[in-house]
Amino acid sequence: MEDLGEIVGEFLMESHENLDQIDRDLVALEQEPGSRDLISRIFRAIHTIKGTSGFLAFGRLETLAHAGESLLSRLRDGVQPVTPTTITTLLATIDGVRNLLEAIEQNNSEEGVDVESIITAVHAQMAAPTSDAPAAPATPAAEADKPEPLQEVPARPAPEPVEDQRRPLGEMLVESGAAEPADVGSALQSQLEGDERKLGTILLEEGKAQPAAVSEALQNQAPKRSVADSAIRVDVDLLDTLMNMVGELVLARNQLVRGVMETGDSGLVRSAQRLGMITSELQEGIMKTRMQPIEHIWSKLPRVIRDLSQSLGKKVELVMEGKETELDRSLLEAVKDPLTHLVRNAVDHGIEEEARRIAAGKSPEGTLTLRAYHEGGHVAVEVADDGAGMDVNRIAEKAVEKGLLRAEQVPGMDKREIMAMVFQPGFSTAAKVTNVSGRGVGMDVVKTNIERIGGAVSVDSTLGEGTVWRLNIPLTLAIVQALTVDCGEQRYVIPQIAVLELVYIDGNSTKVEYASGAPVYRLRGKLLPLVRLDRTLGLEVGGDKGVYIMVLQADGRRFGLVVDRVLNTEEVVVKALNSRFKDIGLYSGATILGDGKVGLILDVSQLARRSHLTAEGDRENTLGTSRATAGATNGERLLITAVGERRVAIPLDTVTRLEEFPRSRIEQAGSREVVQYRGQILPLMRLSHVLGAYSDAEEGDTVSVVVYSEGGRSVALVVDRIVDIAENSTTARRDVEEDGLVGTAVIQQRVTELLDVRRAILAADPNFYREMTADELVEA
Amino acid sequence: MASRQFATFEVAEQLFGVEVDTVQEVLSYSEYTPVPLAPPAVGGLFNLRGQVIAAVDLRVQLGLPRQTLAGPKMNVILRGDGEPVSLLVDRIGEVVDLDDDAFEPPPDTLSGHTRELVVGTFKLDGRLMLALDVTQAVDTYRATT
Repeated sequence: MEDLGEIVGEFLMESHENLDQIDRDLVALEQEPGSRDLISRIFRAIHTIKGTSGFLAFGRLETLAHAGESLLSRLRDGVQPVTPTTITTLLATIDGVRNLLEAIEQNNSEEGVDVESIITAVHAQMAAPTSDAPAAPATPAAEADKPEPLQEVPARPAPEPVEDQRRPLGEMLVESGAAEPADVGSALQSQLEGDERKLGTILLEEGKAQPAAVSEALQNQAPKRSVADSAIRVDVDLLDTLMNMVGELVLARNQLVRGVMETGDSGLVRSAQRLGMITSELQEGIMKTRMQPIEHIWSKLPRVIRDLSQSLGKKVELVMEGKETELDRSLLEAVKDPLTHLVRNAVDHGIEEEARRIAAGKSPEGTLTLRAYHEGGHVAVEVADDGAGMDVNRIAEKAVEKGLLRAEQVPGMDKREIMAMVFQPGFSTAAKVTNVSGRGVGMDVVKTNIERIGGAVSVDSTLGEGTVWRLNIPLTLAIVQALTVDCGEQRYVIPQIAVLELVYIDGNSTKVEYASGAPVYRLRGKLLPLVRLDRTLGLEVGGDKGVYIMVLQADGRRFGLVVDRVLNTEEVVVKALNSRFKDIGLYSGATILGDGKVGLILDVSQLARRSHLTAEGDRENTLGTSRATAGATNGERLLITAVGERRVAIPLDTVTRLEEFPRSRIEQAGSREVVQYRGQILPLMRLSHVLGAYSDAEEGDTVSVVVYSEGGRSVALVVDRIVDIAENSTTARRDVEEDGLVGTAVIQQRVTELLDVRRAILAADPNFYREMTADELVEA
Repeated sequence: MASRQFATFEVAEQLFGVEVDTVQEVLSYSEYTPVPLAPPAVGGLFNLRGQVIAAVDLRVQLGLPRQTLAGPKMNVILRGDGEPVSLLVDRIGEVVDLDDDAFEPPPDTLSGHTRELVVGTFKLDGRLMLALDVTQAVDTYRATT
């Protein structure tokens, strides 16, 4: 009996999956009624359910599935056309099956589900006179055997070969043109007459078919290795447990590695490093098992939209982009309901009635776009409609009316802030209350649910053009790369994704300056607004010397966070923070640090907001740093060169070409070395001279140069060697005060100096640019 | 005669009690991470076998000055609503069986912060035990408003 329970469980799980697929296929079938593929697929799926339910003696389920199957077979045979009504009936049948399955799952019985009315509806469909028009001559015969009396206990499903699973070889060969029908016919005939050889063999031996064609057909004939053979089902709880254990393992590893490093025993250190690597791989593997494409939750939406738009009398086309985007399973679960809500809301309130759309000069059919994509360690999921849009003024009015805002606050708010009012509890702009949405609950629940998983939700809308709801969801809840920093007596954790670079402030060559009281730092000539972490946290404010600036990026803003000390990067396991700390807003979670203490994870975007960066300065900031931003998200690409013993990195986007010149081509023009290059005179600049580096590579026959162009002029920087091109991650960078250098960074485990090309040239010769004009040098 | 079990503890010389089944465990812990800008009643966070637990300073809840969090402090860890939460107390007492007839509502003379946290008084041999309202006791926003 227990075995049977397991079988039933498996049947339920499998059937639920099948039903979801049928749902999708039915909706798709409505779009292309002629698709025999779709009909066959639906037919097979229902057939499987019918067969298994018969075997498990779920009589009512079997009867219902049988009714659906009968109707489908008529569609398949072309006896009856596919119409929206038939689709509705079939969907209702599927719902009936689903209800039965649920009843079986819960009560282990099929009672309490109305099957008869569905069956009656199916019958009515089949008896509908629609069938007489298209296939009149064939009808009598088909009619005679198809609608079998349904109430009769259906025979156990005969092990009839499920069609399409294994097609006859001959048929395939004829179809592909590899064999003549007549040859296949005679081969079959000889088989019937007792020839024991296989069909393919007969054809081959008689020279009626090419070996390649036969083997290809044989391969196609073999049923495709199904997903079921290459995958197993795993209990999600088990995965969750594993995930938690890996989380603990990461913590234990961090503690162990720290301890071992202190002992300095090289053997132990090696073992610890190995353990570290294995742990990381294990962690990655387990994380992967939990990743699922977002399609899993999207797949239910076509049905939702179809039913809803039909009941509202609207036409909605659904477009899905990026459905393969993967998310952690637990996050997917958490996103499912909010997403469904947004979609329903968009169909209900976003997209207008057909008449209104036409009046507004839009196409009668509304478009709902679901979009998912990765963006900087997050997954963005958008629900966009091309409907009526929301009126900012109306939202503001309503918010004032509901007491969510004071009238005098409104003028000071920007559009985004006002739009965000729709997420306030008790806010609803819907003109009428429908049974779908608009009861004033919903958006706040969406917001709460998304924020609970560390995500964010925002909305943007243009009146008359549509609305975009955007969910920003962390890739995974569990583990992030983070930097630990000290501030005051305490240690805090900052997600590394937000960190662009680090600057050490010694108070002499690098220092904090004040613009009418507001602390700023000159970062490569641009002013960077600073936020003191100690002040923000309400701690005792320390000095400006011997501190670090972490250049952070969040919400399109760039700012520097002043902390006492930057310790190291570490993988931390994010633990949700008790809801009582949510209102503080500065912490996105907590973690257990290597020493076993709790560390708070700072919420960088909240810090940015706290930093009182005004909207004005904001924009300037974003504009001025747009290139730095692009560099930050992808990692700045650097050309690594060797100059003497030193490694010097040049931003790749300033590099025009890399060249090798024979030493003999170097000529002298005044005090300067030049080469003729593409019909022009290109001045050479030896980086070793500029940087005061001792270079011993003078003996070679050729020189390596990096051609740099700016403002229509070029210069060739002579280096000893081109080493590599590397992405500059956000590893620790320190500013050094040396002419021509931006600072140093650790790139590929080597200390590398970052060249400020412009300043390097000027440092070598302050008159360089001016002289160049005079000398009419290269006009690249 | 119905009786209930209470876990008892002392804060500022006063004996308090919570029903045993609301308590997950009792332990002494010495390293707390303060949470800047949190309500004053939040003593700090600590690591309970990989779980981050918030410790609520019962002294602050009772309108007294904060505990200094140097050195080991006793925690009464309550199961809480969904996630455990800890009460920082001075001393742990014993678990007592109390008959319902030893119970009386809080005396009318009891007022202020303590009154809001207490559901009743139990008369023990020689001293009184105040039964805490667990939900109120861990509500860190209560004392500040």
